[in-house]
Amino acid sequence: MTESKETKETLHTLTVNPIDCAGHGVCAELLPELISVDEWGYPIVDPRPVPPQLDREARRAVAACPALALKLTRR
Amino acid sequence: MTTTVNEPATRQTATLPRLLPAAPEDLRRHLARYGPTPYRGQAGLLIGDIEASGLTGRGGAAFPVYRKLAIVAQARGRKVVVANGAESEPASRKDEVLLRAAPNLVLDGLQLAAEATGATEAHLYTHHGATPEILRALAERAAAGLDPVRVTITQAPPRFLAGQESALVNRLGGGPARPTFGPPRVTERGLHGAPTLVQNVETLAHLALIARYGPRWFRAAGTSAEPGSMLATVYSPGGKCRVIETEIGAPLNTLLSSGPETRAWLVGGYHGTWLPLPQPAALTPDALTPDALTPDALAPGALTLDNGTLRKYGAAAGAGVLAALPSDRCGLAEAARVVGYLAAESAGQCGPCLNGLPRIAAALAELAGPRPRRPVRADIERWAGLVEGRGACHHPDGTVRFVRSALTVFASELSWHEKGRCSATSRRPFLPLPDGIPTSEDDWT
Repeated sequence: MTESKETKETLHTLTVNPIDCAGHGVCAELLPELISVDEWGYPIVDPRPVPPQLDREARRAVAACPALALKLTRR
Repeated sequence: MTTTVNEPATRQTATLPRLLPAAPEDLRRHLARYGPTPYRGQAGLLIGDIEASGLTGRGGAAFPVYRKLAIVAQARGRKVVVANGAESEPASRKDEVLLRAAPNLVLDGLQLAAEATGATEAHLYTHHGATPEILRALAERAAAGLDPVRVTITQAPPRFLAGQESALVNRLGGGPARPTFGPPRVTERGLHGAPTLVQNVETLAHLALIARYGPRWFRAAGTSAEPGSMLATVYSPGGKCRVIETEIGAPLNTLLSSGPETRAWLVGGYHGTWLPLPQPAALTPDALTPDALTPDALAPGALTLDNGTLRKYGAAAGAGVLAALPSDRCGLAEAARVVGYLAAESAGQCGPCLNGLPRIAAALAELAGPRPRRPVRADIERWAGLVEGRGACHHPDGTVRFVRSALTVFASELSWHEKGRCSATSRRPFLPLPDGIPTSEDDWT
């Protein structure tokens, strides 16, 4: 049970829908470990799977995106 | 520029041309040459032959055709097939020439794709809309009762991205021809939610011939990894434009001039790659890109028109636009003109593309002029890195490929410009661009 939960967690990556994204920058403030912003204010997202210890922060960043452009997707 | 139909390439075997008749063919002549459309009587049966043939999409992405066919064939419910003739690249003319010369071959392919996938709805999408040749072909086929599925014609707006798969589906659905961000792909959820097969018109013409003559016949041309022939739009330094049919894998120096009248080659069009001429003696090691180009590899004839070879040079055949830039023109000026157009053709939906492409275009225009400021080159490289891979479609990626290769191939020209000079003697534009660049919202529909 624990193992399957952990596997599920490690299989998630953050993706931005670049059309929906309006460059609010909330995600980069909430999750600077995985998201930075470019010189125009648009997020640059770490393409690697979200490490389990950042799972909660990642979910918070997804929920806080005003444009609903940030998603956690299974690889 | 003048366009001639089917002027033979210098390196042709007896098996070509396959797609382009010497003169446009009506239905009677089409049937006399090829016989009736070889329906298989059941969905799915053609797909094995298409897989064995190795046919890939001729719209530019070279995706295996059988895989898209199989995905749509396996889906349930209402399904749609689309013949995509919206070659949005201003330099490409091959779809237009094919639809004029052999509309019945394309329409055969569309009907066969509909049968293979079980689709009950068919569309033809082109920049020129219902041309006399297409209307005549459809009328003759209707009178003869040939086509099980009715074909709807839709005109594409004159935008660079109008032929992109998701933009096409949006346009057919009544919206603007702008790309969307996937997944799902249109093969899973396309026009009005129905699984949709979008194939380039040339791809469908090849499919119609494979259905008749089989995969072995198809594989008699091309390379084993990339079988068949392809249409190409070729620009010679003299300014002549011709649409030819060539084997995949033909040496580029049999298609493009490499003499002293030529400065460089552009392969794959405006999302494509500039390449230096294969003249090993004239090239010094520092004129070559570090990882890809070696003097050996640049021996005449080593560069061939297949993605397996072109990939080593950071290039791809794309939709077959090939240009030999004349030696009296400035490569940087030509690249800057094209990139200015590409920046204006951003759909404006994705932040990095919307912000980055105009900046890259302005910086390249500065490099194309006298005494560009020193940091400009580094600015372009940084912005190129920022836009690459960050769009919903491949527009930023293709633009960056074009820009980076221009800066590599025209590096010596850049040092001329830094000294306030230019090696070109003519400022006349060479690569074709549309007359007016549309700017309003209406231009996307």
